[in-house]
Amino acid sequence: MGKTAFLTDATICIGCKACEVACKEWNEVPEDGLVWSGLSYDNTKALGHSTWRHVMFLEQPQIAGPQISDMQNPFRWVFLSDVCKHCANAGCLEACPTGSIVRTEFGSVFVQKDICNGCGYCVVSCPFGVIDRRPDDGRAFKCTFCYDRQKAGLVPACAKACPTQSIQFGDLDELKQRGKDRVQELYKRGYEDARVYDPQETSVGGVHAMFVILGNPEAYNLPPAPEVPTVHLKSAWTSALISAVVLIVIVCAAFAIR
Amino acid sequence: MSTPPKPKATEQRLDEIREVAASNANNPAAVPAFGEPHARDGRESYYGLPVLKAPTWTWEVPLYFFFGGIAGVSACIAFFAHLFHADPALVRMCLWVGLIGAAICPVLLILDLGRPSRFLNMLRVFKIQSAMSLGVWILVAFSGCTFFAVLSFELLLRGFSPSFLIPLLWLAEGSGAVMGLLLASYTGVLIGATAIPVWSENHKLIPAHFLTSGLGCSAGILELAGFLIPATQIIGFAATGIETLVGAVLEVHKKSVDGPLHHGRSGWTLRIGGILEGPVALVVRIFWGSLPIGREVAAICFLVGALLSRYAWIWAGHASGQDPEVLFQLQRKS
Repeated sequence: MGKTAFLTDATICIGCKACEVACKEWNEVPEDGLVWSGLSYDNTKALGHSTWRHVMFLEQPQIAGPQISDMQNPFRWVFLSDVCKHCANAGCLEACPTGSIVRTEFGSVFVQKDICNGCGYCVVSCPFGVIDRRPDDGRAFKCTFCYDRQKAGLVPACAKACPTQSIQFGDLDELKQRGKDRVQELYKRGYEDARVYDPQETSVGGVHAMFVILGNPEAYNLPPAPEVPTVHLKSAWTSALISAVVLIVIVCAAFAIR
Repeated sequence: MSTPPKPKATEQRLDEIREVAASNANNPAAVPAFGEPHARDGRESYYGLPVLKAPTWTWEVPLYFFFGGIAGVSACIAFFAHLFHADPALVRMCLWVGLIGAAICPVLLILDLGRPSRFLNMLRVFKIQSAMSLGVWILVAFSGCTFFAVLSFELLLRGFSPSFLIPLLWLAEGSGAVMGLLLASYTGVLIGATAIPVWSENHKLIPAHFLTSGLGCSAGILELAGFLIPATQIIGFAATGIETLVGAVLEVHKKSVDGPLHHGRSGWTLRIGGILEGPVALVVRIFWGSLPIGREVAAICFLVGALLSRYAWIWAGHASGQDPEVLFQLQRKS
């Protein structure tokens, strides 16, 4: 099996949350708060330890594309199902000190829950704020990319349940191309701010969960230039080394002076 | 998970709503409502919700950083003091501080785990790119070194001296010094190499800051234990001097990402801690450094300040990343 991927298309999503329900049921993810947020139809607010698919509801004062452009109160309602990005260079995987987080044969990033000891270092190492520690359980959880289903040759639960094919699952390279083609098509139809979100040019080096979005990634709380935190290691250790040398000089001087 | 601030239901708020509505009678959309469709404050983020997850670390981690710093630098001082033929009582004291620290640190680390019973899973792998994995191995090696150093030192003190004991002491002390410096500094690298903006943007400063504060604390403990010798005075001066500089740099060089270092609980804790470790300890040392009480006060100021600073840095990490707009600005700049 080659590298697999998600392509989640905001221009097709109808905000039905079937993906959230399917994910919760298939993966036996516990309930994580039944609250009214007051933020459009979004009551889960963000991905987390017990929300592995999260449907966003953006309400924007602008036209969607081919809408009548001189309307008085332009408005568009955009939906997008967010998910773990399964980064090519994953901060959580690099950080994990137990080897609980691994790269699977499908290219996805998987947390082995029988090994995680809940150190919490992956939580601060994810540039997308995806993985989190479940307080009552103590371990870290995130989307598994339905590793069990993929092993059995099945499509991930969210993609299978999606009624509009907004969540597409398939070969990574094929979906990359499909994303580009889709944006081209959207341009032609007048959606001039359509784009693919796949941060290739930063240290993250691309993702296995790409998105077709309208407008800026910031509006979807997708960081415009995410970096894998290990890029700071070299200069941090250099600083530690220089400081250690200075410290040794101070200590030696202190004990050499009589 | 924080949401945008909900206006408090007060009489004033009702008046405010009526006034806005009355002055814009022909535009019903003029009244700003909580959770309204369009942001009016120019925010770009998704309802102002945080992009990043806050650290899960609680009180154990900063305390671990504090004790790790003291233990590590003490072991380093032990080696160099021994090398320069300093008072054997001082060397012994330093070695014991190192060993006691090495005993406390794992307890704090294990307490912080979500699944403490699985702490041994840390030793399944060795990952050079994970500062957490490296740190655990550093702690293990440090414990071993200080254990053998203390053991051979105590045996020699009691007149038990087989030929291998002196080389063993030097080996254990020397490697303990290296591991100690790593133990005192890796914690800075650990939080520097994360996605939390206030930590990663200061990833060069934090290791230096933590090492210096470990140095001053170790000297302070020696002074409080009665070693009021020139060496501890010199180290005390150097550490307070550098910490004063660090505090000044943080106050003068204000970046938008450093908000949690200046405001709120973390900001004030860092400021108070920094003033205690830096200017206060320095002034006490300059004016009353010739008196034993002056040096003891300076030592206590430094220790308290260092402890507060460690908490402040972790709290700053909790506050940082709560504001998505700061994160976006930062990423677009680079």
